[in-house]
Amino acid sequence: MTSAAPNATATGAVTSLLDHVRPLDAGAHVTGAAFAGDTAMLALGDGCVLLCDAAGERRVDAHPGGAVLAAVGAGDRFITGGDDGRVVATLANGETQAIADEKGRWIDAVAASGGAIAWSCGKQVAARDAKGNVRRMQAPSSVRGIAFAPKGYRLGLAHYNGASLWFPNTDAAPEALFWKGSHLDASFSPDGRFFITSMQENMLHGWRLADKKDMRMSGYPAKPRSLSWSHDGLWMASSGADAAIIWPFEAKDGPMGKAPRECGVRPAKVTQVAFHPRALIVAIGYDDGAVMLVRLTDNSELMARMPAAGGAVTAMAWDAKGKRLAFGTADGAGGLLTLPV
Amino acid sequence: MPDMPETNTGADASGKIPVTVLTGYLGAGKTTLLNRILSEPHGKKFAVIVNEFGEVGIDNDLVVGADEEVFEMNNGCVCCTVRGDLIRIIDGLMKRKGGFDGIIVETTGLADPAPVAQTFFMDQDVQDRTRLDAVVTVVDAKWLGQRLKDAPEAHNQIAFADVLVLNKTDLVTPEELAGVEAQVRAINPYARLHRTRNAQVAIDDVLGRNAFDLDRIMELEPDFLEAGHHAHHDSDIQSVAVTIDGDVDPDKFLPWLNDYAQREGANLLRSKGILAFRGEPKRFVFQGVHMMLDGDLQRDWRPDEKRTSRIVMIGRDLDREAIEKAFRACAV
Ligand SMILES: [Zn+2]
Repeated sequence: MTSAAPNATATGAVTSLLDHVRPLDAGAHVTGAAFAGDTAMLALGDGCVLLCDAAGERRVDAHPGGAVLAAVGAGDRFITGGDDGRVVATLANGETQAIADEKGRWIDAVAASGGAIAWSCGKQVAARDAKGNVRRMQAPSSVRGIAFAPKGYRLGLAHYNGASLWFPNTDAAPEALFWKGSHLDASFSPDGRFFITSMQENMLHGWRLADKKDMRMSGYPAKPRSLSWSHDGLWMASSGADAAIIWPFEAKDGPMGKAPRECGVRPAKVTQVAFHPRALIVAIGYDDGAVMLVRLTDNSELMARMPAAGGAVTAMAWDAKGKRLAFGTADGAGGLLTLPV
Repeated sequence: MPDMPETNTGADASGKIPVTVLTGYLGAGKTTLLNRILSEPHGKKFAVIVNEFGEVGIDNDLVVGADEEVFEMNNGCVCCTVRGDLIRIIDGLMKRKGGFDGIIVETTGLADPAPVAQTFFMDQDVQDRTRLDAVVTVVDAKWLGQRLKDAPEAHNQIAFADVLVLNKTDLVTPEELAGVEAQVRAINPYARLHRTRNAQVAIDDVLGRNAFDLDRIMELEPDFLEAGHHAHHDSDIQSVAVTIDGDVDPDKFLPWLNDYAQREGANLLRSKGILAFRGEPKRFVFQGVHMMLDGDLQRDWRPDEKRTSRIVMIGRDLDREAIEKAFRACAV
């Protein structure tokens, strides 16, 4: 793997990426990572957002006295939800905008898509469209994960005993997807055919939305809390094992009856996965702090960070062009990888 | 049992944050005890998790409202429940790690302590970051008799306790107090019991108990001298203790214990045991909540220590004779 370009061939020139990482001292738990243009952003357990660009690093106190509990990139903004009950957007220039204030109730999940933002606190879910109109609903139990559908103004909500599909702009009751157990994170496939949740019981659950057919993806030794789709939408990577578990979604039935691929097997647990936005390369973060890039086409592996102090990798994000990868850990370490050209 | 010199609260050597569960019927004095713990000059900071519709007036910086969402695990068993909100809240609290030394979970008066305790057995992430220190139950000396008649939860809360705070002793006569204590002891003879007014109890008696730490389960003797209050059977919960004066065969005992917990788990509230396994120089210690068992070999039997095997079970409608017979069949 010598470049971020799709279909790049290995020339043997690069054997590791360790020298291409700029270390970042986040100083607190890293809850989320995103890019706004060329600025990398880490959302932190001390309520700050750390901005990193060519000029250097600076901190923005987005949630004074609080902690960021959930974060999601939204194009030119980084959306954070805190235990201060606030939803805040931070821009690349360090400016912050208050999006919502839920009066001190914890913001458990956030999602963003094309100018729209959604968040949950307990059972309460709010969706704010690009014009700023906010619609609210109450889920049957606490919502742990929110995802926007790739098309239409529609949300998938993960909660106890299943999920709900909600069109915020209609008064219709949300569509219920049942599956016993506690559902945590939520994700739509990029083609909108499948809705996937991670579960308390160390597995993924999926629904084929056309007929609500269930899919179980089990066998994980830990909860698969990180999910990422390849740029072509044909693969979904997941954490929760000692390798990134990558499910094929090309077929009509998705991964049903198919074995997943395992990439980046190491003697550590995978905690984060992030597919490259333009190539079949997956970035993998481990609970020992290591970060590795694996190319799916030939399984070639490149280390970007060796195991290190600072705890598990808890956040990872590529920039839009796939030239840079930002990551952060549970105890406040982080880094910015720039792929060699 | 003499008090062990202990440092209370604060993450231990494993880096895990201790969690104290505070239960008790409405009005028994839970919030008084909570505020007492928080206002003591111990220099510790706590995160307090309370029911969001519960009693107000908690004097602490970090108070989190919980909604007490009890979830069944996917094994299809009604007793295997966890507090989903607690998993979520602990996950969130750990993001601001370093900001506090301990977590106190105050449950509502109607809550069954089992799902709270089981959360610490069932969820790996919670287990990796925190440890359950003790279940502390506050009991109202004046109204306990009534509660035991009308509230099944009150029985569970007493049965689950590692520490019992028998509060409002100033509102009853010495005879009434003795009667209430006997009622409590008939359900749970093993918890440490403190008689209090205004929930005035030393902080070391409620925090830093390590009640769920296999290393710290030292002995399994009743906490009072006059054992055997058979007169007071106001509850369908009782305790069964069996001692074998020597070793047991682990190949017989472990399968029996696992099978028993699976079969009777719904009725079995708490269990503990210290065992001498044949040919094993170390003590085997276990404890359980419903069907969830946690057991391991601990320190060596000391030369001056008699190798005995003892199990204690607290539960509802337990078959004393069957337990005794099955356990004795494991003797070497
Ligand atoms: Zn059960």
